[in-house]
Amino acid sequence: MPGLGTSFGRGGATTFQQDLQNSDCIVIMGSNMAECHPVGYQWVMEARERGARVIHIDPRYTRTSATATDYVRIRAGSDIAFLGGIINYILENGREFRDYVVHYTNAPVIVDEGFQDTEELDGFFSGWQDAKSNYDNTTWQYAGMSVQGSAGQREMGANQGEAAGHGGHGASLNHGEPPEEDPTLEHPRCVFQLLRRHYARYTPEFVEQICGVPRDRFRMVAKALCDNSGRERTSAFCYAVGWTQHTVGVQYIRAAAIVQLLLGNIGRPGGGILALRGHASIQGSTDIPTLYNILPGYIPMPHAHAHDDLGQFIEMNSAASGFWRNMGAYTVSMLKAWWGAHATAENDFCFDYLPRITGDHSIYQTVLAMLDGAVKGMIVVGENPAVGSANSGLHRKAMAKLDWLVVRDLVEIETAAFWYDSPEVRRGELRTEDIGTEVFFLPASAHTEKDGSFTNTQRLLQWHHRAVEPEGDCRSELWFYYHLGRIIREKLEGSEDERDRPVLELQWHYPTSGEAEEPSADAVLREINGTGPDGGALSAYLELKDDGSTACGCWIYCGCYADEVNQPARRKPASEQTWVAPEWGWAWPANRRIIYNRASADPDGKPWSERKRYVWWDEKEGQWTGEDVPDFQPDKRPDYVPPDGARAQDAIKGNHPFIMQADGRGWLFVPSGIVDGPLPTHYEPHESPFTNRLYDQRGNPARQIFERPGNHTQPTDGEPGSDRFPFVMTSYRLTEHHTAGGMSRFVPYLSELQPEMFCEVSPELAAERSLVNGGWATVATERAAIEARVLVTDRMRPLRVDGRLVHQVGLPYHWGSRGLARGGSANDLFPIVLDPNVHIQEVKAATCDIRPGRSPRGAVS
Amino acid sequence: MSAQPNVATEAWPQSYGDEAQPRMGFFTDTSVCIGCKACEVACKEWNQVPEDGLLFTAQSYDNTGGLGADTWRHVAFIEQDRPLRVGDGDGEDGDAFRWLMSSDVCKHCTHSACLDVCPTGAIIRTELGTVVVQEDVCNGCGYCVPACPFGVLDKREIEDDGRVWKCTLCYDRTREGITPACAQACPTESIQYGPLDELRERAGARLDKVVADGFAGARLYGEDPNDGVGGFGAFFLLLDEPEVYGLPPHPVDTTHDLPEMWRSAAVAAGALAVGVAACLLGGRR
Amino acid sequence: MTIGRSVRELISAWPVLHQRDGDRGALGSAARSERSRTLRPRTAEPDRVVRSVCPYCAVGCGQRVYVQEGKVTQIEGDPDSPISRGRLCPKGAASRGYVTSPLREYRVKYRRPFGTDWEELALDQAMDMIADRIIAARKDTWEDKDSEGRTLHRSMGVANLGGATLDNEENYTIKKLMTALGFPQVENQARI
Repeated sequence: MPGLGTSFGRGGATTFQQDLQNSDCIVIMGSNMAECHPVGYQWVMEARERGARVIHIDPRYTRTSATATDYVRIRAGSDIAFLGGIINYILENGREFRDYVVHYTNAPVIVDEGFQDTEELDGFFSGWQDAKSNYDNTTWQYAGMSVQGSAGQREMGANQGEAAGHGGHGASLNHGEPPEEDPTLEHPRCVFQLLRRHYARYTPEFVEQICGVPRDRFRMVAKALCDNSGRERTSAFCYAVGWTQHTVGVQYIRAAAIVQLLLGNIGRPGGGILALRGHASIQGSTDIPTLYNILPGYIPMPHAHAHDDLGQFIEMNSAASGFWRNMGAYTVSMLKAWWGAHATAENDFCFDYLPRITGDHSIYQTVLAMLDGAVKGMIVVGENPAVGSANSGLHRKAMAKLDWLVVRDLVEIETAAFWYDSPEVRRGELRTEDIGTEVFFLPASAHTEKDGSFTNTQRLLQWHHRAVEPEGDCRSELWFYYHLGRIIREKLEGSEDERDRPVLELQWHYPTSGEAEEPSADAVLREINGTGPDGGALSAYLELKDDGSTACGCWIYCGCYADEVNQPARRKPASEQTWVAPEWGWAWPANRRIIYNRASADPDGKPWSERKRYVWWDEKEGQWTGEDVPDFQPDKRPDYVPPDGARAQDAIKGNHPFIMQADGRGWLFVPSGIVDGPLPTHYEPHESPFTNRLYDQRGNPARQIFERPGNHTQPTDGEPGSDRFPFVMTSYRLTEHHTAGGMSRFVPYLSELQPEMFCEVSPELAAERSLVNGGWATVATERAAIEARVLVTDRMRPLRVDGRLVHQVGLPYHWGSRGLARGGSANDLFPIVLDPNVHIQEVKAATCDIRPGRSPRGAVS
Repeated sequence: MSAQPNVATEAWPQSYGDEAQPRMGFFTDTSVCIGCKACEVACKEWNQVPEDGLLFTAQSYDNTGGLGADTWRHVAFIEQDRPLRVGDGDGEDGDAFRWLMSSDVCKHCTHSACLDVCPTGAIIRTELGTVVVQEDVCNGCGYCVPACPFGVLDKREIEDDGRVWKCTLCYDRTREGITPACAQACPTESIQYGPLDELRERAGARLDKVVADGFAGARLYGEDPNDGVGGFGAFFLLLDEPEVYGLPPHPVDTTHDLPEMWRSAAVAAGALAVGVAACLLGGRR
Repeated sequence: MTIGRSVRELISAWPVLHQRDGDRGALGSAARSERSRTLRPRTAEPDRVVRSVCPYCAVGCGQRVYVQEGKVTQIEGDPDSPISRGRLCPKGAASRGYVTSPLREYRVKYRRPFGTDWEELALDQAMDMIADRIIAARKDTWEDKDSEGRTLHRSMGVANLGGATLDNEENYTIKKLMTALGFPQVENQARI
């Protein structure tokens, strides 16, 4: 999400699925949309039927490729080279949408003279600190001012002491513009020219060499995108974890953001970037986060080294301009929602009750801490890390070190059964009698047995209603945590200990109903929405104040309970609305469906073309109007210029659509917010059969590596032993199953569709390794060996990369030892190596070996 | 009601009088199929068809195998080293490839052999013109099984059931105007449900578009009322020859020649009778 | 009902008589059984139809959940949804099979340390035990300040994992409670 957040202002898809029908060209890359989002894919088919190009770029020929107009095979892990090639093509051929680029992006902005590019420092940007394995971004700033990113690093907290100090204060905009810029885009240090120099070597020949894509095929894609962008036509990108699950994952997204900003597709119908997320409410679980580094609405968690009190916290994390200026209001309102009357101006609104982070506390860090015995207990709800996490075997071993584990799910998933049913136990590496972990399995309610809202991939909240009562001991997670909190508070009642005050003073009363005393989800939603001084539901986050008079659980969701109506529960039929369907559910922010939609009009407020009208300025009414809620102050004129000293949203000019950004512009170049560089650069995956042809620096220098027993890195090209694991390995989903299998391998009708774990190999690889279609194979890495049935198919083909043929092995990752459909877990094979911005694992590109036959029964490594 | 042109059958609409509804059917447009198998699952869920085997076949993504008593929608997958569209380069790297996907189903033939041979009256033509095996009448004799030119009919072995089961075209839903489960679920409207004559018209226009869009090998299968089964109630747009999809290229109603066979038998019997009579009468001298 | 009437009804239901009425071959209406003649969809008269959202991926397809006598009898797509238009993929279409899976658990299961089998445990007792363990772990691993006197106010002794399959209200409650207890290690599938 920082990829989109730092580029545009918010970490979420910029458009909605139905809008794809308006596209003239759809590029699906890092996604297998027809298989992983089949019903959403109907909108791609609508576009195809209207004559749109649908280009699928993927290491495998999949069910998406089968229905696309064009399929391009690419080496897993080389997408930045490809996208950089497109950037190069656009700039070298003058195909950028000039008016859009000059006015709506930071292309004209001049960057600090201390900035040096990877082209000058052999794979590093200026500011690299070897001792800390990270960058000091001082030299990446705009000349004459520093800007705080809208997302990314502001959320990360890690190493924030120095870096965070550069945000917020410092010079502010000058009448809405950074101090130094060149609208002719000629100045050697303006962002536009920096882009040209950075991508100068990403020629079609380079793309062919690195990605294995023939140069003419690459040119076909670049040309299709360019021909379908501009005033009259728009192109869209759809991506999923094929892009994010890399050690440069955030940079992948950034590269697409640069392409779409150069082509002028953001904020326009049929354009945009559709992030295709993978779970029913994963967007919601990042918005209202069950994540360590952020608070609801992407407010950062306070960092011990940087944020001593509320004032400093707000100062360091807000920007002088843009809507993040109002961070104080968002934060104080959240604290009021949590601690009610206890939170006052005198005690910093209980800011001190928040625990501090001191670095990376993401799940993989926690797993390593578990292995080291530092974690006593863990609660796992609706997730199956024993199958779903990278290096899942290490995760299973880590659970054996816990004192206690609580697992809540509908079925007994592998995570709950690790102590008696796992590869480690089967091969004797762990003995049940020696595992001291106390395990509680609590059965959970299904979605049909509880009320609540999901936030889907297009930021849309939809309410699901309880249809039946849960049976037996089944309860919702709302019930579990509410009563857990109630019981803990009862046990701690009367405590004099300072540490107990936050939980004892917490606002923790929701109405309950029924014998089971189920808390009201509706009441929780209302708290999330927020209430005003009169206790009435608020309608918009603009109403939030920093003086303690408003309470709001999550500022970006403010408005979801406007007028005391559960807005996500709205279900006005599609047939009774416009195609945008604003009265079905509720989207954040403020029910906008395409965000940054001011960009669908030109600087004067007129649509770029009739064909691509969406939102425009109505001079007579003196406000913005159109098909959607304008993502702009309704009455701010297109020609508005901020006066001296203007703050927050008033500091954003009338022709700058990216209102969450400090300068209102889409960021081609990201001065702050991304820890591994202001521009995406091609690096090889952590495990790769190839060296980096661009630089001596092979992989992302900032990636997180955890070299330790059980998580060794394999040798790479040129290193001794690199021929042990010569094949590229990638993992993915199938339509018939879902993630780590807890919701599909235990269901008869789904299990029979794909009953066994299998690997996909080309006939060439099968011949080389004597693999037989329908037979067995063992896939091996340093971490583990798993067995799988063999599917030999022409959909997999070797690629010619860097002058030699490379084979790829495909592995669906759904399988585990339990349920009706059982098999080896692909994630056992991958190491834990993470993107440094979001700590997401690289499971889309690594290396392996494959041999015929079933795997040996003994312990491995 | 008056018969719609070219969609009449032996017992519909005439045996239903006022109760007859327009003849309904499926048009399965495989050019938009994404091979997701929602149809297989939606059908099983609605009709409570049993799960019939956790078997990895290694035949592309098809672990279902084929239609049978416990599979009434079956998605076929065919991988071909041919381009999807006419004129697509073979690819500089020889990458010409396409993956055909098609959801197979009972054809609800106009001349329905299974209906003809059923000795118990279990198989009927409904008021919607569809062919249905009545589960409360079928005694599992199995006469219909070899009669079907497509091999759709099959006896259910699970739990010693023994009866023959097949697609009912969601008779319980459709007689009340509700879309069949598979058509409702299909994410890309590959499966379309509607009045058969309308579907045939739509299919004709669709074929024209698909051909104009360059899809190689596009054709309709089962849409022609003059074919060997009088046209299918559930017909297809395929992107290659039927054999490629495992379908018979020229299916014929297996009872088609029965009248002729009976006539031949009658003539033979008559000739035999005459011969015998001649022998007996002539033998007096 | 008199015997005469029931005999008349029996006779008039005799299929062979229907053949006379235009179904000579007895391939259509005359051959229909009583069941077929009166057949209705099993969702014809549900106790209620509830609007829901598919629990699988993030497309957010609309679902209609049919309920009869306290049980889910059918889950299919919601044609009113502007996103899904009534359609579902195989997973969404299998939702009923998921919520009624034969492998679904309905009782708390407990495994004692070094134990080899699951045991029964009452839900109330489980909640109590879990609460005790959270309080104890927190106490044992509490960090008030770091070595340089900076506020930490936390415990790294307890972790919570999960959220992408949960409701917004549930994620909110988790984050609120865990944060108030001083546990920063709250994570979910977004990293995975």
